[in-house]
Amino acid sequence: MLKRIRIILAFFCFTAITLMFLDFTGTLHHYFEWLAHIQLLPAVMAGNIVVVAVVLLLTLLFGRWYCSILCPMGVMQDLFYKPGLRHRNKKKVRQSAEGTKPMNKLRIAVLAVFVILLVAGVNAVALLIAPYSAYGRIASNIFQPVYLWVNNLLAGVAEHYGSYAFYSADVWLKSGLTLAVAAVTFVVVGFLAWRGGRTWCNTICPVGTVLGFVSKYALFKPVIDHSKCLSCGKCAKACKASCINAKEKQIDYSRCVGCMDCIGDCKQGAVSYQFVGLGKKAAKEVATDTTRRQVIIAGAAVAASSAVMAQEKEIDGGLAAIEDKKIPTRKTPIKPAGSTSVKSFTNHCTACQLCVSACPNGVLRPSGDFGTFMQPEMSYERGYCRPECTACADVCPAGAIKHIAKEEKVQYKIGLALYVADNCVVNRDNVKCDSCFRHCPTGAIVMVPKTAGEDPDLPMTLKVPTIDETRCIGCGACENLCPARPFSAIYVEGREDHLV
Amino acid sequence: MNRRDFLKSLGLGAVATAAVAAGCSSPNETQTEGVALGEVPTDKMTYREDQHGQKVSLLGYGCMRFPTIEGTSGRENDNELDQEKINELVDYAIAHGVTLFDTAPPYCKGRSEEAVGKALSRHDRSEYLISSKCSNFAATMWSREATLELYHNTFAKLKVDYLDYYMLHGIGMPSKDLDGTQLTGMEAFKKRYIDNGILDFLVEERAAGRIKNLGFSYHGDVEVFDYLLSQHDKYKWNHVLIQHNYVDWHHAKQMNERNTNSEYLYTELESRGIPAFVMEPLLGGQLAQLNEHSTAELKALNPSGSVASWAFRFAGNQPGILTVLSGMTYMEHLQDNLRTYSPHVPLSQQELDLLEKIANEYASFSLVPCTECKYCMPCPYGLDIPSVFKHYNTCLNEGKLINDDDLLMVDGDKKKFRKLRREFLVGYDRSVPKLRQANHCIGCNKCLAHCPQGIPIPDKMKEIEQYVEKIKTSF
Repeated sequence: MLKRIRIILAFFCFTAITLMFLDFTGTLHHYFEWLAHIQLLPAVMAGNIVVVAVVLLLTLLFGRWYCSILCPMGVMQDLFYKPGLRHRNKKKVRQSAEGTKPMNKLRIAVLAVFVILLVAGVNAVALLIAPYSAYGRIASNIFQPVYLWVNNLLAGVAEHYGSYAFYSADVWLKSGLTLAVAAVTFVVVGFLAWRGGRTWCNTICPVGTVLGFVSKYALFKPVIDHSKCLSCGKCAKACKASCINAKEKQIDYSRCVGCMDCIGDCKQGAVSYQFVGLGKKAAKEVATDTTRRQVIIAGAAVAASSAVMAQEKEIDGGLAAIEDKKIPTRKTPIKPAGSTSVKSFTNHCTACQLCVSACPNGVLRPSGDFGTFMQPEMSYERGYCRPECTACADVCPAGAIKHIAKEEKVQYKIGLALYVADNCVVNRDNVKCDSCFRHCPTGAIVMVPKTAGEDPDLPMTLKVPTIDETRCIGCGACENLCPARPFSAIYVEGREDHLV
Repeated sequence: MNRRDFLKSLGLGAVATAAVAAGCSSPNETQTEGVALGEVPTDKMTYREDQHGQKVSLLGYGCMRFPTIEGTSGRENDNELDQEKINELVDYAIAHGVTLFDTAPPYCKGRSEEAVGKALSRHDRSEYLISSKCSNFAATMWSREATLELYHNTFAKLKVDYLDYYMLHGIGMPSKDLDGTQLTGMEAFKKRYIDNGILDFLVEERAAGRIKNLGFSYHGDVEVFDYLLSQHDKYKWNHVLIQHNYVDWHHAKQMNERNTNSEYLYTELESRGIPAFVMEPLLGGQLAQLNEHSTAELKALNPSGSVASWAFRFAGNQPGILTVLSGMTYMEHLQDNLRTYSPHVPLSQQELDLLEKIANEYASFSLVPCTECKYCMPCPYGLDIPSVFKHYNTCLNEGKLINDDDLLMVDGDKKKFRKLRREFLVGYDRSVPKLRQANHCIGCNKCLAHCPQGIPIPDKMKEIEQYVEKIKTSF
């Protein structure tokens, strides 16, 4: 019964969170964004004390339910574990009835390094092992493209039947490095789970280590009734956390993720989930050889995958060829409206990629710079930050992009447009062009005669843009719609501090 | 397999499905073993006579949209023309009674005449009539030498020693002189045919028998049309090509201020005994697909006739129409048109009234009068001008544009508004790639000189862009 409840809840949370990363239409976010907001690490980054307190309190009550239900990374490992277990059973390579020993030193060391890196502001490295954002990167970089391709196929069918139920979306490679990181994480975690269950949760994951510590003192736990237990080892052999020692009839509660599998497995009815009160001691610790496991972790990490890159459809003739836009070198990165400043954004963001998945305009993509690695930044060669869209602010669980009202969006100055006269078609092709002027949502572009002294009111006078820095908000409409290619004649520099 | 291939293969499936569906839904047809569509008749084509008593098939094969090996139309891209398929189409047309083939040097990006020559030279010269044009549009071709070269090339490419019909091409279109001066339709005409003595030369060629019939194709400024007809005694026009269909008959001017109703054009020609060639019988394809309501009215009167067949019957209805040109890319189009004219069934008064009613309704929408002739293309900044207009027109025609009342969004209308917005925007992205949509127009005005309909393209693009922006930002 408990197991079934766990499975139902886990299925719901995992599916909902995954769908949120897959959905590009912005529909599901309305219903499920709360699931991202109650993820532990983002809540810590957002300073969301209520969520942190409730999660810790519930862990103190019921053990590590969080890892089995709410954490998408944890649930994903369960998907690998079962087939792996079956495979091992077939090959008669069974899990030990004595379980394995905890690697507490390693766990604490990893957690310590993680915290030190975060405090030191080297988020990019630390966040590689943050569970929710690591899963987010996998979902966003590996699952979403597949989802989009299927969607595009359906859109093709829908188009054929004149239906508007599906519309196609561009699939593009947002960052090769981030994709590589996601692929490596996926392979490593997946392999470890296939081979031995929750190895990752119980050795690497900082959230797992913290919750493991708390859950040692949980009030409700699975307990082995020594009088009924025959030490047959059935429970231990199927334990995904390898935390049951059937010989000694002990469970290591720092690693038990409360999956409740053992309760149903026991034919004697010796395992039950019950109130034990405070201070119940954890299983006795025994030293073990950890080298082999570490070698495997390292080996899998090297096997970086070369995932398939997204290719854009080329256009046929009869039409002028359109050269792809290139990204200008921006001295200051552009961060979304709602992030108050580049610094604040960098400090809060867990690089989970939820905003990148949600951005409907192809603006957000993971950064490749060291200090902000995988954290999103903006660029306008595929689209611009539209005035009616607040998708990224709506979904951010970490408080890196704070909620803003749609009506207020055009007040946030996230960047400033700059003009490069040499690229401008007015100078290059000697034609009239007012694309930037026409598309500026705040009227920040002022057109002046190209040749000083010419009458600006004559229709034949060629005019070039100048920028009213007091009005420009850095949305990138001018840069995106500028006909100059590959480099736009007008581009946006980010602002360190966003003005309102 | 790219998206296009995928869609194409789906399309084949759908054609098959449609054929089955047609078989089920037209019980009025004479049924032969459960098949609704009989064979296309080979001996029932309607023929009209030109000034020399030469019989001409009412359906003329317009050779500006020949298929490419990719299955698209040859005016759209640089893909190689599918000569095998072209031969097949031409053979089929001849076998089913088509005698006239109309081409011009610029058609299919300059490849049409050669393809026509290859296909027709496989037949006896007496089996077909050929029509081509003097297309010296660009100012660089206005010299006598350049135009003569164009003329002689036509013979070489078509592999013939005489032309049955030859036309001054695009009379009435404004143009630009070498120095960039804007020329009116009349000025352009004089530069192209009078100042260089070309028209006199062509009259001599006719006398020499290398041109059997001399005429002109007319677009745009009616002043030039009237002038040329006033010179009929001098030049003895044998035929004139006009834009004619049931919308243009009474509403050409309403749709586009600078156009002239085809009723006037036709009547002027008929009163002088000049037979008319018809172009744009489907108004750039727009009359092949009408809104649901008009389609239902047509189907009620003639359940098995295609929507396009009505337009063809109208175009061929007047006795002074010599031939109706249709640019056919696919066998299905050819077969449908052959059925319509084998034989041509004159429209009854009731049918004419219905078409007039539909035309009235059609013209009352302020559609962009684009006929997808693609003379404006390629836009140097990458826009797909005709496709943008087509999507806008389709939505307008089907009553699917959101007006300002809808935007106010009384609660009850919110759903309708969202549906219309989705249809417009999703449909827009489907029919025009994002980078080729209206918001990428920079207003350079290069297209203005090329549009035979005189559409203020950049202004229209801005209008459409503003509409898109309006519905995107309303939430």
